[in-house]
Amino acid sequence: MEFKNKSVFELKELLEKKTVTSVEMTKYFLDRIESLDQDLNAYIQVSDKALDEAKKADDKIQAGEKGRLLGVPVGIKDLLCTRGIQTTAASKMLEGFVPPYSATVVEKLQSEGAVVLGKLNLDEFAMGSSNENSYFGAVKNPWNKEYVSGGSSGGSAAAVAAGLAPVTIGTDTGGSIRQPASFCGVVGMKPTYGRVSRYGIVAFASSLDQAGPLSRTVKDAALISEVISGFDENDSTTSERSVPQWSASINESLKGKKVGLVKEYFESKLHESVQEQMDRAIEFVKEAGAEVVEVSLSLSRLAIPVYYMVATSEASSNLARYDGVRYGYRSNFDEKPASSLDDFYERNRGEGFGSEVKRRIMLGTYALSSGYYDAYYKKAGQIRRLLAEQFQKAFEKCDVLMGPVTATPAFKLGDRISDPLEMYLNDIFTTSANLVGIPGMSVPMGFSKEGLPVGVQLMSSSFSEQVLFDVGSALEQRADIWKGLPNGY
Amino acid sequence: MATKNWESVIGLEIHAQLATKSKMFSSDSTAFAAGDNENVSPVSLGLPGALPVVNKQAVELSIKMGLALNCEIREVSRFARKNYFYPDLPKGYQISQYDEPLCEEGFVEFYVDGEKKKIRIERAHMEEDAGKSTHHGGHSLINLNRAGVPLLEIVSGPDLRTPQEAAEYARTVRQILRYLDVCDGNLEEGSMRCDCNVSIREVGAPKFGTKVELKNINSFRFVEKALEYEIQRQIDCKESGEEIFQETRLYDSTKNKTFSMRSKEEAHDYRYFVDPDLLAVRVNEAWVSKVRESLPELPLARAERFQSEYELPQYDALILTQEKALADYFEQAVKKSSQPKATSNWVMTELLRMLNEEKKEISDSPISSDHLAELVLMIEKKEISGKMAKQVFQEMWKTSKSPKDLVKALGLSQITDESEIEKIVDKVLAANEKAVEDYRSGKTKLYGFFVGQAMKESKGQASPETLNKILKARLDS
Amino acid sequence: MISKEQILKIAKLARLNLTPEEEASFSPQFSAILDYFEQMSEVDTSDVLPMITPTEMEFHWREDQAKDWNMGKEVIEQAPEKSGNLFKVPPVVG
Repeated sequence: MEFKNKSVFELKELLEKKTVTSVEMTKYFLDRIESLDQDLNAYIQVSDKALDEAKKADDKIQAGEKGRLLGVPVGIKDLLCTRGIQTTAASKMLEGFVPPYSATVVEKLQSEGAVVLGKLNLDEFAMGSSNENSYFGAVKNPWNKEYVSGGSSGGSAAAVAAGLAPVTIGTDTGGSIRQPASFCGVVGMKPTYGRVSRYGIVAFASSLDQAGPLSRTVKDAALISEVISGFDENDSTTSERSVPQWSASINESLKGKKVGLVKEYFESKLHESVQEQMDRAIEFVKEAGAEVVEVSLSLSRLAIPVYYMVATSEASSNLARYDGVRYGYRSNFDEKPASSLDDFYERNRGEGFGSEVKRRIMLGTYALSSGYYDAYYKKAGQIRRLLAEQFQKAFEKCDVLMGPVTATPAFKLGDRISDPLEMYLNDIFTTSANLVGIPGMSVPMGFSKEGLPVGVQLMSSSFSEQVLFDVGSALEQRADIWKGLPNGY
Repeated sequence: MATKNWESVIGLEIHAQLATKSKMFSSDSTAFAAGDNENVSPVSLGLPGALPVVNKQAVELSIKMGLALNCEIREVSRFARKNYFYPDLPKGYQISQYDEPLCEEGFVEFYVDGEKKKIRIERAHMEEDAGKSTHHGGHSLINLNRAGVPLLEIVSGPDLRTPQEAAEYARTVRQILRYLDVCDGNLEEGSMRCDCNVSIREVGAPKFGTKVELKNINSFRFVEKALEYEIQRQIDCKESGEEIFQETRLYDSTKNKTFSMRSKEEAHDYRYFVDPDLLAVRVNEAWVSKVRESLPELPLARAERFQSEYELPQYDALILTQEKALADYFEQAVKKSSQPKATSNWVMTELLRMLNEEKKEISDSPISSDHLAELVLMIEKKEISGKMAKQVFQEMWKTSKSPKDLVKALGLSQITDESEIEKIVDKVLAANEKAVEDYRSGKTKLYGFFVGQAMKESKGQASPETLNKILKARLDS
Repeated sequence: MISKEQILKIAKLARLNLTPEEEASFSPQFSAILDYFEQMSEVDTSDVLPMITPTEMEFHWREDQAKDWNMGKEVIEQAPEKSGNLFKVPPVVG
């Protein structure tokens, strides 16, 4: 039986009806990873506990126990700590590190019976938009292996697209779920900041990071979001609000709903295929009964500088713990002893981190340093507040914002890696959601002439995820491409 | 030679470990006695993905101390990150309150040589401790048991002028911390640390001199000594035309000297910013009021009350209120004895001497406050003499028994019954007829001889007062 | 313009050794990035409170209860260098 392009809901049904066991299903995906991932490079490591977990899930199914994901295999971005399974953040710095605890997200998935297939590739410490910054090599786009998968959750997106996992967990600091989802043709959901616990997730930027699902369908994304959301006593920045049953409440009729189009987003230069898919999406929401209105977010043009100042500043501090003292990479001091304590740190960190990580740590260090703090870090925080106010105003006029995820479909491997600024500008449409904390989703719409997927982005106000799932489902139904797999998969 | 031209300006930063069971931002234990790296968690190990969550009790204890120091308690205070690299700092930053501390603008009062001083408290803020590095020549070892232990850093204004004043200030802060059970004040175990900022200037100069920070001072005596040394060093510098550098110096108590920590003081850039892992700490008025109501009477107020209520000298009042438990002990004893001064004398001389000798806390005193009061009352009622009382006290210390029982067991009770003493006197006079005659013929010096004989006869138990009265009456009749 | 000296100073503050390629490329890259970021100065932000946490949440505390995590040994076993149950590093001044 083939499971590669089935939704989580379809797989759940097969498991519940005992048409297939979790062990069979898990083995199916492990076999596919084994035979197909060599080249794609979506996984950093496959879990040797996966079959044991599947067996346990089968026992529970036999015993009539319930679980929202009982027996369903999932892939986890290698930024989330998994007890007993190597967690690297795709960095030489953490190669071989086995955490003694699991992220809350992982625990929540496992407590609903999910089976962890393995750990997925990403840009080192989630810093990148192409997955080319991984110490373990770039993830390729399954639709065309000369193209990037997007990043930083490139492995999470590629694995779902190629049918190497029915659903995966990614993290999104400035678009790291939505952008690779768009590039790989899958659904990617970033919940509201504070919905999902960050405990146990290697921190990139504390006030921006949020984990979320990458899946084949919007409904799957809703289900996984439900499972991983909720207050966590170990994370001071989680909300105590109750988590709605989004997946059970999806309403594809958009009658009475207003969809806002951000004027400034359409004034920028969009690739023709992106423009084309946007036009289709606008037609689709109208068809579903929504009213389309125009809104303005003038400060969104500053999203890149504001985002990069906030993100790198927080990162410069968050990554200070990787020093080679307690765990992780340490330079060879037997060969060449440390000349000073500074030398000890500089070598461990200088050798353990890749160039992009160093670049960002240094940008953040600079932005926080005395004499520059006001002009960079503080200024960015102030504009961030003003931007949030603009978004709030926009949501007085509409229920959901719709726009591009990126200006172009996936680009070629190697094309932008040498110019960091150009790479950063790639995140222009996605970073705002993180800055203002609102939920955002990428929904696959169609393909470019070159056969590369293109998605659209939906954003709603904080803690109102339901409308994203509603609009997302309406689009998905009309686009009708989610069953498709790239050639060779 | 010209030392009188100089005045020192001293400010203290006292780090007090808040008496919580768990750490500032995580649930690992703060217990002192633990195996190496035993009290650790993802947070204190600085593991990837670990996040801080504020310990409520640490905040409450800080509010308590803040109120006792007459501080304003901020409704909204924030934690920031102080970024620097050191092997015992697991996250590469220390979480500490920076420009929005919990407590601000208070003061503390205390006496130095009978004179009341009022020293400003600039701020008191919460922070986490680092771990411990030990140095072994070829390598250093890191223990993170202390990492994340909650601290309250109490920063005085630059109001202290002498080493003695500084030491007294530190003692006062410790006393208050202990009164409130906010911190055990144990300097040896590191639950209280004291850094001193000191500069000198010419008397009357409007501006402060260059400030030097002294660290590694682990007793109040050393606060005084280190400051004395450092002030003299600075004066010597100035007078020989040398420059004083802004630097951190370590105090070496064995050599009684301060040493520069680094040959070249590198400029720190701590890159403080609000910790995005934590929300602002909100403390509402209701909470502050509740804590305020729970505050015990503070030492200085209590000493002043002891002076007025019990008519004790200031000296007694200050000593008796040094520790809350001692003051409580005293007041319980007075409640029974109604003899404040006599009780104070017994506490201050005999009891404190014994406690000191045997290095015991008042809570470990083998003599209960009830028993001490009983002893004071027995003296007052003349059931025993002062001399006997000292003997009884020693027995009480050894056995923890009540003075009544001991007096009985030792046969020490004083004979005050007049008829009984009359019998003794008559017996003595009858046995010494010659001496009686001599006395009555003018050899009054013999009086002492009769007292001695009567005392001997009574085995020392006769009440001297009654004995005198009867003896005099008999001899002079 | 961020000079190579500035780059080295920042790298020092961040405790990062740079490769020769990084030393060479970071200076023009930082200059370009920061030039672009200069746009932020166009916005009048006087009296605007910087935003830290983007969504509204209630502060929550941890009650003061100690727990034995039983984690020290497991982590020390993976340490790059150790002595007994202590982390070991080259000698440090202090």
